[in-house]
Amino acid sequence: MDSDDDFMSTVSSEDDMLPDDSDNDMSGDDDFAFDDEPDVYIDSQKETGHKKKAAYDISFKVYEPGDITKQQDDLINEVNMILDISKEEAAILLRHFRWNKERLIEDYMDRPVQVLDAAGLAQTAAGPPRMQVVPGFVCDICCEDEPGLQTFALKCGHRYCVDCYRHYLSQKILGEGEAARIQCPAEGCNLIIDARSLDLLVTQDLTERYHELLHRTYVEDKETLKWCPAPDCENAIECAVKKKDLDRVVPTVSCLCGHRFCFGCALNDHQPAPCELVKKWLKKCADDSETANWISANTKECPKCNSTIEKNGGCNHMTCRKCKHEFCWMCMGLWSEHGTSWYNCNRYEEKSGVEARDAQARSRVSLERYLHYYNRYANHEQSARLDKDIYTKTERKMVQLQKESGMSWIEVQYLNSASQALQTCRQTLMWTYAFAFYLARNNLTEIFEDNQKDLEMAVEALSEMFERPITELADSKLKVEIMDKTSYCNKRRVILLEDTAQNLAEGRWTFNVEMTGSGANGGPSSRR
Amino acid sequence: MASQKRIAKELAECTSSPPPGITVFLPNDSDVHRWHAVLEGPEGTVYQGGRFGLVVTLPAEYPFKAPTVTFATRIYHPNVTNDSLGNICLGLLKPENWKPSTRLASVLEAVRGLLVEPLPEDPLEARIADEFRNDRREFDKNARGYVQRYAKGPVKFEGSGTAPAPAEAGDNKKGSSGSGSGNTGTSGS
Repeated sequence: MDSDDDFMSTVSSEDDMLPDDSDNDMSGDDDFAFDDEPDVYIDSQKETGHKKKAAYDISFKVYEPGDITKQQDDLINEVNMILDISKEEAAILLRHFRWNKERLIEDYMDRPVQVLDAAGLAQTAAGPPRMQVVPGFVCDICCEDEPGLQTFALKCGHRYCVDCYRHYLSQKILGEGEAARIQCPAEGCNLIIDARSLDLLVTQDLTERYHELLHRTYVEDKETLKWCPAPDCENAIECAVKKKDLDRVVPTVSCLCGHRFCFGCALNDHQPAPCELVKKWLKKCADDSETANWISANTKECPKCNSTIEKNGGCNHMTCRKCKHEFCWMCMGLWSEHGTSWYNCNRYEEKSGVEARDAQARSRVSLERYLHYYNRYANHEQSARLDKDIYTKTERKMVQLQKESGMSWIEVQYLNSASQALQTCRQTLMWTYAFAFYLARNNLTEIFEDNQKDLEMAVEALSEMFERPITELADSKLKVEIMDKTSYCNKRRVILLEDTAQNLAEGRWTFNVEMTGSGANGGPSSRR
Repeated sequence: MASQKRIAKELAECTSSPPPGITVFLPNDSDVHRWHAVLEGPEGTVYQGGRFGLVVTLPAEYPFKAPTVTFATRIYHPNVTNDSLGNICLGLLKPENWKPSTRLASVLEAVRGLLVEPLPEDPLEARIADEFRNDRREFDKNARGYVQRYAKGPVKFEGSGTAPAPAEAGDNKKGSSGSGSGNTGTSGS
């Protein structure tokens, strides 16, 4: 197997959405290096250079709910043993330190009292928390004082009736979605309620919700972990790419559920365009894609402030509503230069008019440029959908064909791979247009455009074959052609991504927009 | 409901031994979830001499959910919206900070504390906060102007009741119903 094939096997395994044991290590290794802040991706790539990892390929791991629980339990047990504190306290401390075990242990060794205090675990001499009846007790929350009232207090000794405690906890858990940082109900007391006390107090359904919320804070607290954004998927992905790296890398990850998304912004896979450009592009498209065509055909811009104006009747004497600039609709020149010839504009060669028309032409060009890229972007998005539709239809026919021509299930799988390839390649092509829209011309853009063209031609050719009538599809010659084209498409995609990712990592692209390096704000930081 | 007992107790405490500079009464005796309070501008502040109406609304889930407090009287302050809504930014009323054991008396005291010491780092009115920090003289002038304009005479609570005038403020705790015709209304911006 040469290295090129090696390349393809990783790609195809990703495309086939099959879990690959070597890539996505699911076993909860006891010694997994979760707490070590992993090195920046570039360094780790250099270390594993012998594996010839593609520049656009990012290392990541998928964790299922069981793994996430196990990781927490492992960390809690470890801290429980090292620091000789209860598991409940270890859990609270770890959450307080956002699961940074090293920092917790170090800080705790240095100044245990302050650490416990800050985490809401202030030490006071008292037995383990339990419910009890206290004679002469008046609950400070509901002011009930009937004898025999069940009461509860944490270590801090702030005692309330059990009803109020329950009410408070359900308000926090169900009403506010709080779990890891629920404090004692007393004013000014920052002692945090531990899982064991909570289990003692509340009903089963609330406990479940509480543990689910706790579970979630673990993923949300760690910068290297993110939930898979696919609906109903409960997996989390670990990836070392940080927010500050996002201008140099597009961290596409793929979950075991098959969803491919960007770890930086949680949007669907948008290689090769970096997150920040994607955000800008989507915003721009939401602003004007639908109306852009109409605007270019029916409106003019105010020569002074460039506000778009539609003339819906009346005379040619325009006053911009925004900047109050007065101009002639016909020649776009200053109205004051028109003298008394109100309704006939005969001032074609007036200087201010020429300038205004130039400015308008420029903005028209920029709109046309945008539409050029947008139309191609939207076209690939649309085509990807259509290809998918065709595939579902073909799939049905293939089942039929299987029966009629005696082809086996495995023999028709080439259509599945072709369809997957079309989807991923179109997804990539789509984003190459958004990327190109922001790309400033330099020596490298030509290579990029050639790559883009090659991929596009390959994809269109495959797409065309794919649309052939079902009887032709069964033809073994076409089958071979489709298989070849499929692998060629995948190869072209890899080449394009490799080239763009490498230049991005080395900072060789120049963009015609300001890059602030804060492109990751778009994605949701929490779910549900 | 459990909260009734608590509210009744708090109301009794607030009327029998009110927090300094604050008078509390119910505009409608049958509704214990809506309190009115009159806050005297604290001495030594720009608000001195003014009387400010506060509307306290207790949610049905009180004390497990925080009450809301708004100014019925216009006030020039970094932490109170400069409009007829009079919303207040008060840390202790935020859901994540609210504790069911917190008493309304301490909430009202916190509001009073805000007049003694505004918190321009956490403003609702950024412009006023900037002025408070950078041009205290101008701020003082404006705040006093508002007191003169809005916070003198009987306190109005959006037509639902008038507080007793300063002279009779001693023990008459119930506000006379009806809007009254005070000369300095809250809605006359």
